[in-house]
Amino acid sequence: MSELASEPSAEGQTVEAPSATPAKPVLSEGKKAERRLGLLLCAPAAIVMLAVTGWPIIYSIWLSLQRYDLRFPDQRQFVGLDNYIAVLSDGYWWTAFAVTTGITIVSVAIELVLGMLLALIMHRTLVGRGLVRTVSLIPYGIVTVVAAFSWFYAWNTDTGWLTALFGAQAPLTDRFASLGIIVLAEVWKTTPFMALLLMAGLALVPDDLLKAASMDGASAWQRFTKVIVPVMKPAILVALLFRTLDAFRVFDNIFVLTKGANDTSSVSMQTYNNLIKGLNLGIGSTMSVLIFIAVAIIAFIFIKLFGAAAPGNDPGGRR
Amino acid sequence: MRWRMIAVSGAVLATVPMVAACGSDSGKTINVYYAPEEHFQSVIDQCNKQAAGRYEIVYRKLPRDADGQREQMVRRLAAGDTDLDVLGLDVTWVPEFAEARWLEEWTGADKTQAEEGVLEGPLRTATWNDKLYAATKNTNVQLLWYDQKATPNPPKTWREVIADAKRLKSEGKPNQIVFTGAQYEGLVVFYNTLVASYGGHILSEDGKRVVMDQGAVDALKLLKEITSQGITDPSITNFQEQQTQQAFEVKNSKAAFQLNWPYVYAAMQTDNPERAKSFRWARFPGIDGPGRVTVGGYNLAVSAYSQHKPEAFEAALCLRSKQSQRFSAINDGVPPTIESIYDKSDAEFVKAYPMWQTILDSLQDASVRPLTVVYQNLSTITAKVLSPPQDIDPQSTADELRNQLQRALDSKGVLP
Repeated sequence: MSELASEPSAEGQTVEAPSATPAKPVLSEGKKAERRLGLLLCAPAAIVMLAVTGWPIIYSIWLSLQRYDLRFPDQRQFVGLDNYIAVLSDGYWWTAFAVTTGITIVSVAIELVLGMLLALIMHRTLVGRGLVRTVSLIPYGIVTVVAAFSWFYAWNTDTGWLTALFGAQAPLTDRFASLGIIVLAEVWKTTPFMALLLMAGLALVPDDLLKAASMDGASAWQRFTKVIVPVMKPAILVALLFRTLDAFRVFDNIFVLTKGANDTSSVSMQTYNNLIKGLNLGIGSTMSVLIFIAVAIIAFIFIKLFGAAAPGNDPGGRR
Repeated sequence: MRWRMIAVSGAVLATVPMVAACGSDSGKTINVYYAPEEHFQSVIDQCNKQAAGRYEIVYRKLPRDADGQREQMVRRLAAGDTDLDVLGLDVTWVPEFAEARWLEEWTGADKTQAEEGVLEGPLRTATWNDKLYAATKNTNVQLLWYDQKATPNPPKTWREVIADAKRLKSEGKPNQIVFTGAQYEGLVVFYNTLVASYGGHILSEDGKRVVMDQGAVDALKLLKEITSQGITDPSITNFQEQQTQQAFEVKNSKAAFQLNWPYVYAAMQTDNPERAKSFRWARFPGIDGPGRVTVGGYNLAVSAYSQHKPEAFEAALCLRSKQSQRFSAINDGVPPTIESIYDKSDAEFVKAYPMWQTILDSLQDASVRPLTVVYQNLSTITAKVLSPPQDIDPQSTADELRNQLQRALDSKGVLP
């Protein structure tokens, strides 16, 4: 069956030998009408989805090509790529870009390690499994802004118990200290999410395989690196991809913790500042298009780099 | 049957909003978007009584922080929201809102009434391109606060402040000069006062060109001098109004001079009654005499999208009338903009405002922050370039500021 389905010549054969081509069955009039109706019924939803996703993208690209500052409504004009030149030649943008990349790499790396540990614990727990899983998921259930405020007050100079504990002097006014705190807040919040995705991957690893490996004398570490990780690679990739894309758009933690002071602003923060605070629709849209491109590149790299193992490239059933 | 049901439900859906609209529109509602102020509702109640049912003013509280207030109004106005009638604008926002055509100009009798007896500094903040776009509601000025026991004769100039601080330090007494030195609007206000005291300018009068003259450069030198000689708090770069106030209030405070708004007086009475006994005020120090201090405060404007403009103007005038301003000054501690309220025979006012004379004197030759459409950018950039103040290199910092501000004026610059 499946071999026939992948045969390229199937189309040519339809006319001569309809019975031999289950891949491209000739539809009866009734079936055709049914399919048309099906498409028609889907169309409104598809069109709405395209409109709500496609139109904003096109509109922001259009805005990014204009000088459009709400405070100078008369001076709105088409400027081509001027905004891109302005943003890409600006030191603030690249500082924010470096900060965002740094936060992304560091926090995702830490999350992967901690998430894997947490996943193994959740997977292996024998007693109180439900309780362990629930407890470890609590941080993910807390609204980011609320959690960020707790961190903010904990690291505050006046009321901060963590500041007092570490004897730090106003950590949120120092650039690297505040970046560390942002990463800490991100890691604390999203490690459970990572763990959840990885645990789903762990469930894919057959117990028999592990038993066989240990029978052959593989140590725990060898079983982990040679058996578990290769088998759950697709799950790891999904988790990494999701988290990287998410982390690159970091906003709420920074907004609450530092408001971007002392060069801690991320690209999303800066876009917000230019768009909402600065009312500069042109520059702001340019930044959001650039973030869109950056995110697309990240996704592309992940798919290319990890090839067939990437999600979506997996022909069903193959392992 | 099916079609009829659809038609009926469609008709119902179409009429529901109308019905709902009727419910809320029985009388004219004037929505006032204003920052949280404890007793402002009482002022509104008074004005509602005066309106005698012709309209009802409703207080829509904006967020507490200035950025949040501005953002909410800007977002709504950019979308043409007709629900906003009267807007409470910080003194720095009028040019921006006016230029974006979000504000209704004040003309005729309303204008005359809004300008009557108003001090010059505050009035300038409500004007843009020689047109009046708002009515002043309250003003504010920073004063020099000191401990009478340490310095019975308060310094009048920055030379004297620095000399006194050094002397106190050598005597092992509290000596620090504390002010709003964090990277935010407060630092810009402080710098603007220094620039104005030197007679300098950051922008040209029309707000379209960067000037950054000698006075502005001298102010940078002074700012560096104040912060780089061990006579300020080490964490001054983290000080907003509240931290500044607390630095003076805490037990074993090392602060001898505080530059801050008048609210610190009342706070000191409750937070540190002991030190409050010798807590005194004087005019903000300057170069050869008192400084030309930067005015703060709020103005009331009428939205261009308001559906009830005549009533909105009337309501705004009532909310900032002499009587209302006096009430707010006594109950909420916000200094009035109408000169005749500063009256030494008004016992209640004098009791609530013992420093009224100093405030009035400061207001007579006060300075305003640069009036420009892109004030938001100017403020963000200035605060960024000036931080931390001890690292200022007057000439190159001035060049950087000049360069970046010009880009902002051309709306080419990127906000950090």
